[in-house]
Amino acid sequence: MTKTATLTLGPLLYNWPAERRRAFYAGLADEGPFQTVVLGETVCSKREPLVADAMADAAQVLEAAGRTVVHATLALAVTPGETAALEGVAAAAADGALVEANDAGALALLADRPHHIGPMVNVYNEGTLRVLAARGATCVTLPWELPRESVYALAAEARRLGMDCAVTVFGRAPLAISARCYHARAHGLSKDGCRYVCGEDPEGMAVETLDGADFLTVNGTQTQAHAVTVLAREVPDLVAAGVNVLRISPLDMDMGVVGRVYAELAAGCLSGTAAEDRLLDMLDGRPAANGFLNGGDGAAWVA
Amino acid sequence: MELVCPAGTPAALSAAVEAGADAVYFGFRDRTNARNFPGLNFSPKEAADAVALCRARGVRPMIAINTYADAGDDRIWRRAVDIAAEAGVHAVILCDMGVAAYAAERHPGLRLHLSVQASASNPAAVRFYRDAFGVRRVVLPRVLTVPQIAALTEAVPDVETEVFVFGGLCVMAEGRCALSSYATGLSPNKDGVCSPASHVRYEQEGEVMVSRLGEWTINRFGPGEQAGYPTLCKGRFRARGREGHLFEDPVSLDASALLPDFAAAGVTALKIEGRQRGKAYVAQVVRGLKAAMAGMTADRGRAADPKAFLEGGQATTGAYARGWQ
Repeated sequence: MTKTATLTLGPLLYNWPAERRRAFYAGLADEGPFQTVVLGETVCSKREPLVADAMADAAQVLEAAGRTVVHATLALAVTPGETAALEGVAAAAADGALVEANDAGALALLADRPHHIGPMVNVYNEGTLRVLAARGATCVTLPWELPRESVYALAAEARRLGMDCAVTVFGRAPLAISARCYHARAHGLSKDGCRYVCGEDPEGMAVETLDGADFLTVNGTQTQAHAVTVLAREVPDLVAAGVNVLRISPLDMDMGVVGRVYAELAAGCLSGTAAEDRLLDMLDGRPAANGFLNGGDGAAWVA
Repeated sequence: MELVCPAGTPAALSAAVEAGADAVYFGFRDRTNARNFPGLNFSPKEAADAVALCRARGVRPMIAINTYADAGDDRIWRRAVDIAAEAGVHAVILCDMGVAAYAAERHPGLRLHLSVQASASNPAAVRFYRDAFGVRRVVLPRVLTVPQIAALTEAVPDVETEVFVFGGLCVMAEGRCALSSYATGLSPNKDGVCSPASHVRYEQEGEVMVSRLGEWTINRFGPGEQAGYPTLCKGRFRARGREGHLFEDPVSLDASALLPDFAAAGVTALKIEGRQRGKAYVAQVVRGLKAAMAGMTADRGRAADPKAFLEGGQATTGAYARGWQ
């Protein structure tokens, strides 16, 4: 049997307003190519209350359209409120919701129940996968910085353990998370008095070096790559190695179209290089990167 | 509270012991530890000698094996655990779940501390490492305020907490930062390095000294400005049309004024960062902090003359104070 892969849309990392979110997910429910959609705030707990209703509606619309909805937990839960949010999502798992853990706290709360492992959990080796599988993990999205050899070895082990294995093939790599909000800091504000300035940038705030090179992207407490990871040529080998979920991280562009390119690629209707060409065109001037998978600096583009 | 002191070399270890360290931590000369810098760290023989010296002087020796093991071949991490266990260390300081599972299974009597590189930032995370591997102490990431440290320590009373009191300051959650990896291909998690010296260049452009990491400019220094090391998160960048230290100024952590607060929070151990620093740093900072700990109820003073060792001569208490965030 030919190996194949399904498509998952990762969580929205940016602070979009409620109406924008409703429209975005309604569109993907209608015609999107994603079998699975991960919802939930992974970056900053302060954003969550403002969009909670919209996200609950999005979950409903997506499920009604036959999509699998997964709820992601915060990457960095520190305050009592954040810990409570973590416990809330985990409690939803007890009621049958599918939850993706993004820190060790979530792993404790989800133990012995089927759950997913998000890309913010440090899965670097087979021993870690075995620990996670034994505690109920059924799907792992591998960290962004892994080189090809590691991805192949981990995909093989995940499948041997009966887990699904996802690799993020498109999007801006999250590089760091902090207690400090750099969006607020750049506006001369503190996190507690942030005025939600991260909402002004639908794809984060660009950070240049002092000689004008596009370098990083600030998204609240998260620092991301500036370049967009695009893995397309690499997909056939990833799938052959056992990766059976291709994950796409949303940007401020038509994600349905991006998803359809990957759907055609996964179905074998489009070659890796043709898919890559189409994706690079869609980037509309954003630089592309594939350095992590190729074992070099993450910002690199290996042609 | 006990003072846990860094030793990048046998000489620094002796200096820490002489200066009154309660515990010292060090690592092997390879990718298994998060200060994998040229000229640093211990051979297995040096580690065994260091353990013997510590034991003779009543100091608790700890070995940091705090990077994430490679897929496909985790032998050097397993071997590091075995050597540490055989040397009779007081504890190993781990972050990787696979390595922790190996240590717990293979050496059930070995005391496990969770490295800051695992970034356990809430009570549930601490419970996870306790339940999964029997971790006895957690080194907390530098993302918590003092009241949060107190709440976490109280919430999981059977796991000790250790906090950083002095030295370099990670502004990102530790073990969850791929900034160096993005710029150079080498990362704290995989390779035990941050902003590695192998990728650092200084270039004179007219009157301006440019510091680079890989191909990226991290800072530009005008005439009269001291050109600091290009640690990525302490660099100057441009955002919203303005130039500045977007993430953090080139400052170090000095939380010595918070000693009574850490004690009140139930913290077991205070950690000094700086395995890459020389024995003079170790001796002076250890001595200063021991003195401050001895007299901490009487004076909330700082460590004796630590300023000489602070990056840029500036200090912060970082995330321990909410306003910093």
